[in-house]
Amino acid sequence: MSEPILELHGVNKSFGPVHVLHDVDLAVRAGEVTALVGDNGAGKSTLVKCIAGIHAADSGEVRFRGKPVHIHGPRDAADLGIEVVYQDLALADNLDIVQNMFLGRERGSAWLLDEASMEQAARQTLASLSVRTVKSVRTPVSALSGGQRQTVAIAKSVLWDSKVVLLDEPTAALGVAQTRQVLDLVRRLAEQGLGVVLISHNMADVFEVSDRIAVLYLGRMAAEVQTKDVTHGQVVELITAGRSGDLGLARPDTAVV
Amino acid sequence: MTQTPTAPSPNTAITDFGIDTTTMSTSEAIRDYLSRLRGGQLGSLPAVLGLISLVIMFALLSDVFLSLNNIANLLAQGAGQTMIAMGIVFVLLVGEIDLSAGTASGVAGAVLAMHYVENGNLLGGMGSTVFIAFNAVLLLAVVLAVLLRVWPGAALSALAIVISVSGLAANPWIEMLLALCVGSAIGCITGFLVARIGMPSFVVTLALFLTWQGVILQFIGEGGVLGISTSPVLNQVANGNLSLVASWALFVVGAGGFAALQLGQHFTRLRRGLVTKPTPIVLLKVGLVAVIGAAATALLTINRSPNPSIEISGVPYVVPIVLGLLTIGTFVLNRTRYGRHIYAVGGNREAARRAGINVTQIRASVFVVCSSVAALGAIVYSSKVGSVDPQAGGLNTLLFAVGAAVIGGTSLFGGRGRVFDAVIGGTVLAIVANGLGLLRQSAAVVAIVTGLVLLLAATVDALSRRRAATGAR
Ligand SMILES: Nc1ncnc2c1ncn2[C@@H]1O[C@H](COP(=O)(O)OP(=O)(O)O)[C@@H](O)[C@H]1O
Ligand SMILES: [Mg+2]
Repeated sequence: MSEPILELHGVNKSFGPVHVLHDVDLAVRAGEVTALVGDNGAGKSTLVKCIAGIHAADSGEVRFRGKPVHIHGPRDAADLGIEVVYQDLALADNLDIVQNMFLGRERGSAWLLDEASMEQAARQTLASLSVRTVKSVRTPVSALSGGQRQTVAIAKSVLWDSKVVLLDEPTAALGVAQTRQVLDLVRRLAEQGLGVVLISHNMADVFEVSDRIAVLYLGRMAAEVQTKDVTHGQVVELITAGRSGDLGLARPDTAVV
Repeated sequence: MTQTPTAPSPNTAITDFGIDTTTMSTSEAIRDYLSRLRGGQLGSLPAVLGLISLVIMFALLSDVFLSLNNIANLLAQGAGQTMIAMGIVFVLLVGEIDLSAGTASGVAGAVLAMHYVENGNLLGGMGSTVFIAFNAVLLLAVVLAVLLRVWPGAALSALAIVISVSGLAANPWIEMLLALCVGSAIGCITGFLVARIGMPSFVVTLALFLTWQGVILQFIGEGGVLGISTSPVLNQVANGNLSLVASWALFVVGAGGFAALQLGQHFTRLRRGLVTKPTPIVLLKVGLVAVIGAAATALLTINRSPNPSIEISGVPYVVPIVLGLLTIGTFVLNRTRYGRHIYAVGGNREAARRAGINVTQIRASVFVVCSSVAALGAIVYSSKVGSVDPQAGGLNTLLFAVGAAVIGGTSLFGGRGRVFDAVIGGTVLAIVANGLGLLRQSAAVVAIVTGLVLLLAATVDALSRRRAATGAR
């Protein structure tokens, strides 16, 4: 078992009076898919946004490759090689696939972009992920289907020599065939040696692609387990009650504030 | 939303081809274009069709309309508002509005005229209190621009202070530079209020619209007029013409440059296996520009004076001015990182933020661009009239400029539009005003018709957006 590439220790986050994350610990390992599960409002998206530098955590430590790091904005996270595929896809509809994939990190000089190099890199990345659903990389995102958009968003995250990819409910809005494709893509990311965090509500998906499961219950980390050591039922219980047998929070009821 | 990857999307003709398609055949490209039209992406097509039908209509109704003299006159009449519209496109692209662009341009025009009339002595022209307040506001603009990190805005605002305080004697070039600097300072203030303070641009610029109108009145005085037609250069800007040789040189540089750029880029992309348009379509486009350019140059170099004793010929200066601005604006929006980020902020502000784009800076900067370009527009329309009065840049100027951008196909909702849209839209409005004037219609009719044209354009925008929203997936 490898050392975690990304570790969180005691992360807290409040929005005004609402304490959303309580002393959350999490470890992400390279080459593995860690599923992050939890009920609606458990704080999964907030946790991801704290890692990505969208929200500043109130307290807690983030370690990347064993070293403490400070992430103050999306740029800092990107510089470390942490990429996020957001639940509400962060794509600009009016731009094409290439433009979206390189948004904020365009190649070429500020006053003359290198379109050729960006287009070639975008095509290579899509090809390396065996993506075969878009006709042309110059198609505007507004003309893509939900699954195609998700694919672009994921491909965008691997374009940058990234080390960790966080996916927030990438399959929530997709049909069966498209979900299939995205899950394959997720697995392929881990096989390429990336640390992958997958947020999903679908237990079948979680058990199919993940190596470990981390359960958030009302903003607390209830359990971090190997997928092969638990059953569907146990995970569902952890999600809904924060506890299952000897797994989970000692006294989940105190978590209710 | 939920479609299998193999099912072709109805409006966009995206099928499971893999990502290897880079070139389409001409017929495929035409089909693709038609399906995009059906999908609601009309671009400037309605405006171009409107333009053509207006020309035909007025040509039938008035025998003067297509006379060379009138066409040249029409270009000069429309140039000022078209330029303001080009600046407004930047603001519309990020999904904001600038209602103050007209009166802001008026302020720039008033300062320009005063500098000329007072021979550089703004202190004498304004009175000491107003002069101090004027420079204090310019200084504020510098500070705000620095806070926003919009460096060109800070530099131009600072230059305005230098010119204003140093009291350099009247010189048309300094006056035009001063106008540009004042416009840019105004943009820094607007941009700060909208992007940093977070006020809605509609409210900010509505308030500033009134404020700047008052400032113009203060500078010029009730019933006052500052004449600038006695300056040969300031007068020539909108009333002068290129010489015969220069006119053809403009054609060679313009059409030749366009062809070189388009073809060079096309064949480079083709060679490197990138996505390209079909070669015949590129050739057609280049050829069309060359033919239209040659025809226009040939016509405008014929003597068009209605008076046999003098000769008027050559392409009006406003043509290279507008074309130059169009080229720069198009380049900035399509080829630079700044332009890309403007589209991104307009398309999805949150996505832009997450991509690490400084959204505040981008949103502020477009107001600086808008007011600066509006100031250039003020130079042109002031030159056309030959003077600046307290009504400069008033109500209609702004509405026409916003209207021009929207008629050309720039969306009021952000993310969609081009500088070229402003040129087409501006031409449409100039033709309406000119044509109805020739038909001796009253101001009432002109206003009503212009309003209806604008309404029509806004309707097309809204309908095509709805179409695009429901159709695209
Ligand atoms: N920007 C915000 N401001 C205030 N409260 C927020 C914000 N974002 C999330 N929350 C609150 O934090 C809690 C966790 O939300 P979220 O992380 O989106 O949950 P999940 O993704 O697990 O469904 C919810 O109660 C939500 O209302
Ligand atoms: Mg969520």
